Amino acid sequence: MTLLQSVFDALLGFALLWLAWQALASPDLFKGIVLFIAFGLLMALAWVRLDAPDIALAEAAIGAGLTGALLLAALARLDKSSWRGFGRTPVRPPEGNNRDVIHPSKRDTKSAHEKTRKPKPITENGKGQAAFCGLLVVSLSALAAGLGYAVLTLPSQAPGLSDSVAASLEASGVSNPVTAVLLNFRGYDTLLELGVLLLALFGVWSFGVVPERRESSPGPVLDRLSRLLIPWLILVAGYLLWVGAHAPGGAFQAGSVLAAAGVLWLLTGWRLDTRFSGWPLRIILVAGLGVFVVVAVVLILMGGRLLEYPPSFAAALILLIEAAATLSIGITLAALFLGSRPETGPQR
Amino acid sequence: MMPADYLSVVLLIAGGIFFLAGTLGLLRFPDVYTRLHALTKADNVGLGLIVAGLALHAESWTVVGKLLLIWLLVLLAGASVAHLVAAAARQRGIKAWKR
Amino acid sequence: MQTFFLIVALFLLLNLGAGMWRVFRGPTAADRMLAAQLFGTTAVATLLLLAQVDGNAALRDVALVFALLAAVTAVAFVRRAWTDQEADHDAG
Repeated sequence: MTLLQSVFDALLGFALLWLAWQALASPDLFKGIVLFIAFGLLMALAWVRLDAPDIALAEAAIGAGLTGALLLAALARLDKSSWRGFGRTPVRPPEGNNRDVIHPSKRDTKSAHEKTRKPKPITENGKGQAAFCGLLVVSLSALAAGLGYAVLTLPSQAPGLSDSVAASLEASGVSNPVTAVLLNFRGYDTLLELGVLLLALFGVWSFGVVPERRESSPGPVLDRLSRLLIPWLILVAGYLLWVGAHAPGGAFQAGSVLAAAGVLWLLTGWRLDTRFSGWPLRIILVAGLGVFVVVAVVLILMGGRLLEYPPSFAAALILLIEAAATLSIGITLAALFLGSRPETGPQR
Repeated sequence: MMPADYLSVVLLIAGGIFFLAGTLGLLRFPDVYTRLHALTKADNVGLGLIVAGLALHAESWTVVGKLLLIWLLVLLAGASVAHLVAAAARQRGIKAWKR
Repeated sequence: MQTFFLIVALFLLLNLGAGMWRVFRGPTAADRMLAAQLFGTTAVATLLLLAQVDGNAALRDVALVFALLAAVTAVAFVRRAWTDQEADHDAG
């Protein structure tokens, strides 16, 4: 049994390293993305083997599901010549195939602009490159040696903080230690993470409104698939949010499953009505961070410290914060998938 | 071992064989349309058999329900994706393999 | 019995590794994507087996999330990345 487990783990670890290297080294961007999706799948299995089902759940939802869709959507917007030969020899479209140049009107203004920037040829300075590679190998070896030394000098049985977490779990309002740490003991970490996610969306939106690509009709199969799947996605998001109190689950996992529903909906060609893409959308986007901050401020005003919940309200407060966070995370990730600020106002 | 255990072993081995068939199909079949069969038929049956084998060991009916739900969701995804990919491949003019 | 579950899980992982060849080989983008899709099904089965081995019910939730999200990446592929006729990345 233990031998089998070791074989399983060794195989998994080897496959992960190999996939990571291949995904990074692949000259074909699409192949890189598929390898990254496979990497996400195996990574979730690795977290399971490391006895961290919470992270496995997040990796399954984000790594293997959403990030793949995000990367594919990003690839679709990229300059097509960079799909292949990325980083090696710049691929030039064959003569007589420059349809983009002849018909610039076929593409939106952004990618026409991108098209004018040809990929720079790689310098053929072999000597400089060899010296750089040598330097890289030396510095990476030094880094690996240092890391190896640090790992070897670690005490074999670190006490960690799990005992103190278990001791105060009673007062946290939840019985899942991971949720207790994320939302109670170190709530400010999660608060700042929500802020980072929101900032990422601001970054994407700062590019302004990019003309949308026309979505073709979804057809009967995709239509039916989305109609069957989206209710289940929303239901499972709610389930993960609820179960997070006493078992692996929680706001980030639930939010990313909710985001998957949004992505699927967007892919069938659905768009938010412009009436709602102004203030209503923005209020939902900041709701998670907003509720968190309001709770923190109110608790300070009531004489407590930052995010120190009174034990009698802890469960209710955590559920409130997590529910708002789930909604915000889901909508933010779906908005990131859209890739640009939705048009607002009645004029269209 | 209980009689249910023997049945479970048989189901799991059968499931494994279907997964192997799916992988072989993915590797050996000549074009994308035939490889779709490997994805949507063999592996989904394999998963169904493994789900059946595990359901015999489930501690409660809720677990059986969840296992079934997982299988049905994979079936739905597999069938729909197969159709979408095949339709997209046809639209792009990828030729079907002929003997 | 637990050992047997683990053997089946290991066998599925080996299957997954063998399927990796198709991701490298292609030749069309759809072949690579299909292989990834197949890995999803295999991972679901592996997770269900591991849930039984470890007696950890949370792993079934991980499998449930995999099963739910299996279609999303593939739909994104069909609707976004593989629609443009000019994107000729199918060879090689």
